[in-house]
Amino acid sequence: MKAHIEAKLGTKYNNSKNNKVKKKSFLKNLTPGNVISMILLSMLSIIFIFPFYWIVTGAFKIQVVATQIPPQWFPLDIVWDNWVTLFKNPVTRWTFNSFFIAVTEMVLICLVSTTAGFVLAKKQFPGRRIIFTALIAAMALPKQVILVPLFTLLAKLGWINTFKGLILPAVGWPFGVFLMKQFSQTIPTEILEAAKIDGCSEVRSFVTIALPLLKPAIGALAIFTFMTSWNDYFSQLIITRSTDMMTLPLGIATMQGEYRTDYGVMMAGAALASLPMLTIFILFQKSFTQGITLGAVK
Amino acid sequence: MSTAALKSKSRRKFKREWLTSYLFLLPALSFFIMFVAYPMVHGVYISFFDYNLTNFKFIGFDNYVTLFKDKNFHQSVINTVVLVLVAVPIVIGFSVFAAMTIYKKHELLRSLFRGIFYLPAVTSVVSVTVVWNWIYHPNFGILNYLTGLVGMKPIFWLGDPNTALMAITAILITTSVGQPIILYVAALGNIPISYIEAAQLDRASSRQIFTKIIWPMLMPTNLYVIVITTINTFQCFSLIQLLTSGGPIYKTSTVMYSVYEQAFSFGNFGLASAMGVFLAIIIGIISIIQFKFLGSDVEY
Repeated sequence: MKAHIEAKLGTKYNNSKNNKVKKKSFLKNLTPGNVISMILLSMLSIIFIFPFYWIVTGAFKIQVVATQIPPQWFPLDIVWDNWVTLFKNPVTRWTFNSFFIAVTEMVLICLVSTTAGFVLAKKQFPGRRIIFTALIAAMALPKQVILVPLFTLLAKLGWINTFKGLILPAVGWPFGVFLMKQFSQTIPTEILEAAKIDGCSEVRSFVTIALPLLKPAIGALAIFTFMTSWNDYFSQLIITRSTDMMTLPLGIATMQGEYRTDYGVMMAGAALASLPMLTIFILFQKSFTQGITLGAVK
Repeated sequence: MSTAALKSKSRRKFKREWLTSYLFLLPALSFFIMFVAYPMVHGVYISFFDYNLTNFKFIGFDNYVTLFKDKNFHQSVINTVVLVLVAVPIVIGFSVFAAMTIYKKHELLRSLFRGIFYLPAVTSVVSVTVVWNWIYHPNFGILNYLTGLVGMKPIFWLGDPNTALMAITAILITTSVGQPIILYVAALGNIPISYIEAAQLDRASSRQIFTKIIWPMLMPTNLYVIVITTINTFQCFSLIQLLTSGGPIYKTSTVMYSVYEQAFSFGNFGLASAMGVFLAIIIGIISIIQFKFLGSDVEY
């Protein structure tokens, strides 16, 4: 079954094929054109890596060193002063907020998307097409239209500057449902029908048959949701009012005013705000890749 | 089976099943209706009102008329168009180039490069702007140091009306290529090797193989990438808010930034909604055109 799903995703299929190609034509690949493009790509990748290198090294440089010209490419003495200054701000609270919001959003979105995506893919019932079309259409439209009305709605509900206001609106965004619907389609209908013939209830067949098969997709969705929430600067900016409700990225952004000239402290903040996502990304690169390719499959 | 027959059969047999299905859908749907569908309709509604802290008065199309007269909004529209026209082709070109270079390589090398190019997309935009602010700094930014080495005069990259939008575009591109590269690598992996081998046997040049086989087979991915990159570029907001606040002299303000500025700096919710609706219509039209144009010769 896993093999089936992977074949559907194209990953296993690709790998086995690429491995064969590699063995056969590894040396043939070393044409001058190929070597040149590889060198060019490596040089370009330095542009992508450099800002991160600069954040990490900058976080351990004192201000005088950070702003000297010519720049100090490698930090000679590692200082922790920036981190001490950084933690004079409510950074722990912001980090907690970010984690709390991202985890709650992740759990809620996975729950509602998995059940909805499953029935949209596998069940026949009146209104199915209309519901799915509405979800897709909303996804194609830009979020900007809902920006102002969503804000006024949250204001009416009294949810501005609350966790409710920061968490719940994101659960309405239908991307997760779409992703889980795409993936649920790979579950063979025969298994579900066989279960039904054996007298398995709807709920039970979902829990015991579908859920285990959907695990990789739920994983991909969970990681995606966590990332979106952690990095969702925009909604956090308009919904948050007080310092103690700020998320980590938002807090770091507001610090830019206060420490405008202190680049070391700002780099420490930037490093802290990126650290969780970088860790998750390095650990789960495969799930990211799956989530992206799956979301694109029609 | 006809739908009518299916329906009557279903009605008898599967009513319980329907109920369960609706129950499974209910949580997602209620969130969707409350936080997406309702605000979308309401957004169009309030775009016809003079709506701010003190007022809520129906004014018909006046907000839209105001928009079409507003010089700063014109500048925002122009900037948005420039941003899309510059960023989207570069993102596509770069992603295809990167994917072509790495897709046949060893899995380790492939995920290394994929990781490097996806890195700016997973990192918080705040961290990205903090460091680029420093890189672009007129006095001790590393970019001016490097351009100084080749004899260029220092430039106030984000403060100079001539370079500010370009400086933002460059960052936007680095944060946008990650996803397309992953998609192109997957798409290239799905092209049957036999096609390329057959062409090689027929002595096709690499260029012919690319233009006659690979590129046509990438069309569905191209379509998807163009659409999502265009939409993402239209929605570019955080970079602008954090780096330039739309300045200098509105040279980096986009439609998206104008929506934010009108609503949350000036408190004109009605006018901001009208801008949002305007943006939605433009994006809608562009998406339809892209699907029509590029979708015609796409083979699935």
